[in-house]
Amino acid sequence: MTTVERTRGVRTWRDAALDLLRNPVQLGATAILIVLLVIAVYNITPQNGQPAEYQPEQFLRQLTFGLAQGSIYGLIALGYTLVYGILAMINFAHSEVFMAGAYIGFFAINAAEQAGLLLTNPLLALLITLGIGMAASVVVALLLERIAYRPLRNAQRLVPLITAIGASIALQQIFLRLFGASARRYPDVNLYVLPQVFPLECDVVDAVRVCRGLDLISGRYDVLVFGIELRLLPIHFLVFFLALALMTALWFYVNRTRTGKAMRAVAEDKATATLMGVNVNRVIVTTFILGALLAGAGGVLFALYNQQVTPGMGFLPGIKAFTAAVLGGIGNIPGAVFGGLFLGVVETVAPSMLGMSTQLKDVVAFGLLVLVLIFRPQGIFGEVLVTK
Amino acid sequence: MSKRILALLMIALLALAACQRQPEVIPTVRPTITPSPIPSETPIPSPTVEATATSEATAEATVEGADATAEATATPSAKQVADALLQEVVVEADGEVIIGLAAALSGEGLAPLGIDIQRGAELALVARPVVTVDGMEFTVVLDAQDDTCSADGGQAVASRFASDEQVVGVVGPMCSSACRAAAPIFDAAGYTTISPSCTAADLTTSEYSSFNRAVVSDAFQGVIAAEYIYNTLGASRIATIHDGSTYGEGLVRVMSARFEELGGEIVAADAIAVGDTDFRGLLEDIAQEQPDLIYFAGFPAEAARIADQRGDTGLEDVILMGADGIRTQEFIDLAGDSAEGVLASTSIAASSEALDAFLALYVETYGEEPPAPFHANAFDATNILLDAIEATASVNAAGELVIDRAAISAHVRALEDFQGLTGVLNADGTGEMSVADIGISRVTDGAFAQIAIGSIDDETVIITETEQ
Repeated sequence: MTTVERTRGVRTWRDAALDLLRNPVQLGATAILIVLLVIAVYNITPQNGQPAEYQPEQFLRQLTFGLAQGSIYGLIALGYTLVYGILAMINFAHSEVFMAGAYIGFFAINAAEQAGLLLTNPLLALLITLGIGMAASVVVALLLERIAYRPLRNAQRLVPLITAIGASIALQQIFLRLFGASARRYPDVNLYVLPQVFPLECDVVDAVRVCRGLDLISGRYDVLVFGIELRLLPIHFLVFFLALALMTALWFYVNRTRTGKAMRAVAEDKATATLMGVNVNRVIVTTFILGALLAGAGGVLFALYNQQVTPGMGFLPGIKAFTAAVLGGIGNIPGAVFGGLFLGVVETVAPSMLGMSTQLKDVVAFGLLVLVLIFRPQGIFGEVLVTK
Repeated sequence: MSKRILALLMIALLALAACQRQPEVIPTVRPTITPSPIPSETPIPSPTVEATATSEATAEATVEGADATAEATATPSAKQVADALLQEVVVEADGEVIIGLAAALSGEGLAPLGIDIQRGAELALVARPVVTVDGMEFTVVLDAQDDTCSADGGQAVASRFASDEQVVGVVGPMCSSACRAAAPIFDAAGYTTISPSCTAADLTTSEYSSFNRAVVSDAFQGVIAAEYIYNTLGASRIATIHDGSTYGEGLVRVMSARFEELGGEIVAADAIAVGDTDFRGLLEDIAQEQPDLIYFAGFPAEAARIADQRGDTGLEDVILMGADGIRTQEFIDLAGDSAEGVLASTSIAASSEALDAFLALYVETYGEEPPAPFHANAFDATNILLDAIEATASVNAAGELVIDRAAISAHVRALEDFQGLTGVLNADGTGEMSVADIGISRVTDGAFAQIAIGSIDDETVIITETEQ
């Protein structure tokens, strides 16, 4: 009790230090953080005139890769966070919802390529792909909710968790049987935008059409920023800003609309919400649809810049996104996206900054998760909830 | 309440059913020339309870078998019979001789390698559907299992085969990780395995009694790759990446050692995790060192991503070189345009009329060019096993075929002058038997085309550029 009272008052550095000393776990974690920091600082300082192990431009480049990857984690994490917020249940099959979006999206974009639409009107083709991918995710999520979760709504909390894992494996295997284990490759897409600013000029060189202009999907541009030459990919920025936009839209939906209010009511107390005339089933279905829409969009975007899609592709991003949701504070919308970005950047930047093997990038990322949770068990943006 | 339990049961069942992996994932075209003695369904294992063969299953199977024989021949001790059974395979007069086949038949980017091996073995049986011992003929069938190209997959397959006393010998496993995990289990069971594709150099120095291979060791492949990079390509600063597998790690070790011996410099050496999708951070680090070439030892899915993502970090003009693990059409399909110019080494069969005829039959039977490099090795491995059966087995008074496992093992280990498709094979007593050359291929216009051949003659490496 005493600690709780003290935290209400003004905390000084001395208090914080004393708390730390009393807690061996936090003390150990702090020591590890300091060691990592020392290694990182050592690696970024030039030694005896030799250039540093880790250059600032390296950091900037890896940052863009990490932010793009992190945005995808964030989009998936929103689905975990929404479902957890409403049902206090971890939907482990959400990674398969993501996979379904990317995989079915492949058939759409492939058909568009066959029909020539990808060449004549790439924007329309991409929107169709995005639409079909998101629709596929929604269908999978609705089936999941109806078959695997609704019958167990009032069961113990662990029961739907196990069903979710079962459903995840089942979905993966169904896709494996239907479409085979071979990876499929998204076609290369060129989407030229802003022809007024970046004039589009096309030449045929060696029977290959080479164009100049701003290609939003496959373009790679060497840009000089602050005297550092960077290779920037517009797709990375597209993914990043789209993720932020979708997150903002979701936040407004949950906080400013009637359905959003109903969702928050159900999250607070299902029984009372029912008494107030909220259709709980509909709210839960809406939640699953929202999560699936974001996961489907994430899936198609992921496939657009990583190109290979397989039935097993959802597993790792799913785990990472779940981690991101926990990191940001599960149940918190901006937290999920922030957690995703944090994880994406850390796993891309940390191994080389610390001079470790890339093989260990998951170790670094998850290790940092443990460290963060030691200091903030509720996640970065999480609130301490009063247990009923 | 009961409704809820029922729903849970249904879902559990669904999950279980889905978990039963059926290896047949890529539609292999069934042989059009119907080889009557081979039941066309044999390569597909039936997903029965046996699929989860454990050591208990082994014990059970042996005890059951022992009981049956004990009744039939009234031998004094069931234990003795059980021991004898482990060492001898008895095939009834009209029974089938079962050869095991372990290869990755599923998995991202891996299935084509395994299916190619399976087809090689199938074609060996098309040419030779029966073994003839003492004038009696016995049909040979293949029992194909998925080794998933991983240590635990290799272990599972080995346990399954070791618990099935009717399996005479095994062609496979496919990947060095699986071979390493499977070898101790096969050793304990007294089995003989001939792998068409496990190339890791240290597999034959670990004194496994069951392990043999009809493919050239990475001790050669790595050395020739290093010589080719340094002398023929003139690259002196390279970066190496492996995928953490027994194969990838071993190959990079051999190649790097030779490359540094030659005077080259390894400017970056790193490893990746299988299944990862974003290697841009690593490639960015490599780009910082400005290497002349990136050497990758691993499998197609990761190789394709590396080839693809090279361009995102300004490495698109740096040559990417891999080894036999990536020399598949699948790699090119996955990497798209970025596969163009990628190099890969692989052991190659000496050209011969028999090889041409085999390839023609392959194309005729399956309707496509071999998608991966190990079909001829699988063909040879199967034939060596069949030869060993014919040379050592005998027919007893009851007309049953009796195959002695120890004799098979001794025969394979002492193999001399075997005229195979991959060349003349001679066992050196450690499990090594192939001395084929190493070919270097480059992706040109969406297909691998051979550009050089490397061979080792008395420690001297000779590399001949063949075309272009």
